[in-house]
Amino acid sequence: MKVLVAVKRVVDYNVKVRVKADNSGVDLANVKMSMNPFCEIAVEEAVRLKEKGVASEIVVVTIGPATAQEQLRTALALGADRAVLVESGDDLSSLAVAKLLKAVVDKEQPQLVILGKQAIDSDNNQTGQMLAALTGYAQGTFASKVEVAGDKLNVTREIDGGLQTVALNLPAIVTTDLRLNEPRYATLPNIMKAKKKPLETVTPDALGVSTASTVKTIKVEAPAARSAGIKVKSVAELVEKLKNEAKVI
Amino acid sequence: MAILVIAEHSNAALAPATLNVVTAAQKIGGDIHVLVAGSNAAAAAEAAAKVAGVSKVLLADNAAYAHQLPENVAPLIAELGKNYSHVLAPATTNGKNFLPRVAALLDVDQISEIIAVESADTFKRPIYAGNAIATVQSSAAVKVITVRTTGFDAAAEGGSASVEAVSGPADAGKSAFVGEELAKSDRPELTAAKIVVSGGRGMGNGDNFKHLYALADKLGAAVGASRAAVDAGFVPNDMQVGQTGKIVAPQLYIAVGISGAIQHLAGMKDSKVIVAINKDEEAPIFQVADYGLVADLFEAVPELEKLV
Repeated sequence: MKVLVAVKRVVDYNVKVRVKADNSGVDLANVKMSMNPFCEIAVEEAVRLKEKGVASEIVVVTIGPATAQEQLRTALALGADRAVLVESGDDLSSLAVAKLLKAVVDKEQPQLVILGKQAIDSDNNQTGQMLAALTGYAQGTFASKVEVAGDKLNVTREIDGGLQTVALNLPAIVTTDLRLNEPRYATLPNIMKAKKKPLETVTPDALGVSTASTVKTIKVEAPAARSAGIKVKSVAELVEKLKNEAKVI
Repeated sequence: MAILVIAEHSNAALAPATLNVVTAAQKIGGDIHVLVAGSNAAAAAEAAAKVAGVSKVLLADNAAYAHQLPENVAPLIAELGKNYSHVLAPATTNGKNFLPRVAALLDVDQISEIIAVESADTFKRPIYAGNAIATVQSSAAVKVITVRTTGFDAAAEGGSASVEAVSGPADAGKSAFVGEELAKSDRPELTAAKIVVSGGRGMGNGDNFKHLYALADKLGAAVGASRAAVDAGFVPNDMQVGQTGKIVAPQLYIAVGISGAIQHLAGMKDSKVIVAINKDEEAPIFQVADYGLVADLFEAVPELEKLV
C-alpha cells in the first residue's frame, strides 16, 4: 500500500521560546528548527511498514515555507521515497492544513495517512482528525500500536484510563502517540542519498484550496511567572511549611 | 444564543470533566444544553440534568454511539451543532478525538484547550507547551472549542433540566470497537486529585514507586509520573503528566526524582503549591518549586510519609 506521511517544521523541542516584546507572537528569529517529534514517529512507523513489506511507497508531505524542505530531506534520509512541499508562508490554521492535505490525498490516493498527534508549537491536536472528516476516512488517533490485518487496520490508542483498540476500514488516518515507536537517526550515506530523491513543490493556489481562517490571534503573552520558592533543609521543615505556611496538608 | 456541551461519560455515570466544561459555558453566557451520546446512557443523562446551569439534556441513545467512535458521533454532533453558537467538549482524549472531526464537518476552525473565556468570541489558550498564552478571537458561525478542565472550576449540583431524546445517523460502518485495557486504581483520578505525587527517572525502577504509593495513600493523593518514568517502563502511560500526557493543577504537587523538563512542566506548573525533592540542586524543577528539598529521595520520601 501507499503511505502518505505529513510532517511539520517546528521550533526544536529543547528550545525555551520567548514571547516578543510587542506581544505579536513568539520570537522565531535565529531559533533552531526541527521536525516535530510526533512527525518523526510517523515517518518511522511508515518506514517500518515498508520494511515489513506492507507499504510499497512512502510519500512525505509538508506545508510551510521553502525552508521546510530541510525537514522533507530529513524524512527522505530516514526512508521516505519522495516528498511534496506545499509552499505557504502564512501561519495556517489546522483546518487550512487539513484542506491542503486533502488535496494531496486526492492526488496521491494513499491507503494510509500517518500524522503526529499534535505539533509542539500550536499544541492544537486537530489536523489528523480534520483530514479524516474531510476525506470521510476512519481515524485512529493517539496510536501506540498499528497492525494491518487484510483490509482492516487495528489501532491501539492511548486513552485517559489506559488503552483502547479499534478496527478501521482502509483507507484510514492514523495519528501517532509517543509510545508508537522510537525513531531512528539518519545515517550520513542516507542523508547524501536523500539529496537525490524527488521533491515536488506546489502552491495552495495550484491545489485550489483557500487557506482563509475564522480565528485570529490577538496577542501572545508570557505565562504568569511563579514567585520564587525557597529551599528547605530537612523533611521536618518541609512538612512544617506545608502544614502551617501553605496549608495544603 | 445557545451552547451545546458534549458530555464525557461512561454511559452509567457522568465524568467530572463535563462539570468543568459547563462552568466554561456559563462564562460564555447563554442557554446551556448538554448532549449525552451513548448506549443505554439514561443514567448519565439523568446526572447531567442535575448539573446547575444546564437547561436541557439531549440524549442520543444508539448502540453506534457506545464508545463514542468519532466516525459515528461526529456527524451527530455536527448536525445538532448547526443550531448552536458554541459547541464545547472537554480536552480529554475522547473530546480531542471527535471534536476536530466535528469542526471540519461544520467547516470551521477549532480552538483547542482554552484556559479562560474573555468574551463570547475571545479565549485564552496555551501554546508552545505552556510557555506562551495566546488570546484568540473567532468569527466562526459555530465556535467549536475544547476546554482544559483544570482551567475552570466544576459546576455544582442543583439543576433540574429536562431530558429530551434525539436521534442521529446510525453506524457509519467505518470503524469498530475491539476492546480496551483500563488501568485499575483505587487512588483518586489524576486530573481531579487535590494532591498529586509524581515520580521520575530518579525512582530507579518500578518497584521503588511503592514509596510514592505509600506517601500518596497517607495524603489521599493520586500518583503521576514523568515521561522518563513511563518510557523506562516503571509505570503505565496513563500516569504520565506533561504536554503529551495529562494536565493537572492540584493544590499540592510533589515532584520526586523529576528534573523538570519543559514538557513535564507544561502538565503541572499551574499547581497551587509545588514541592520538589531531588538530589541535583541544579535541576530545573527547583525554578518552579515553592519548596525544594535537595536530598536523596529514598531517605526523604519514607521520612515524609512518617511525618505527614
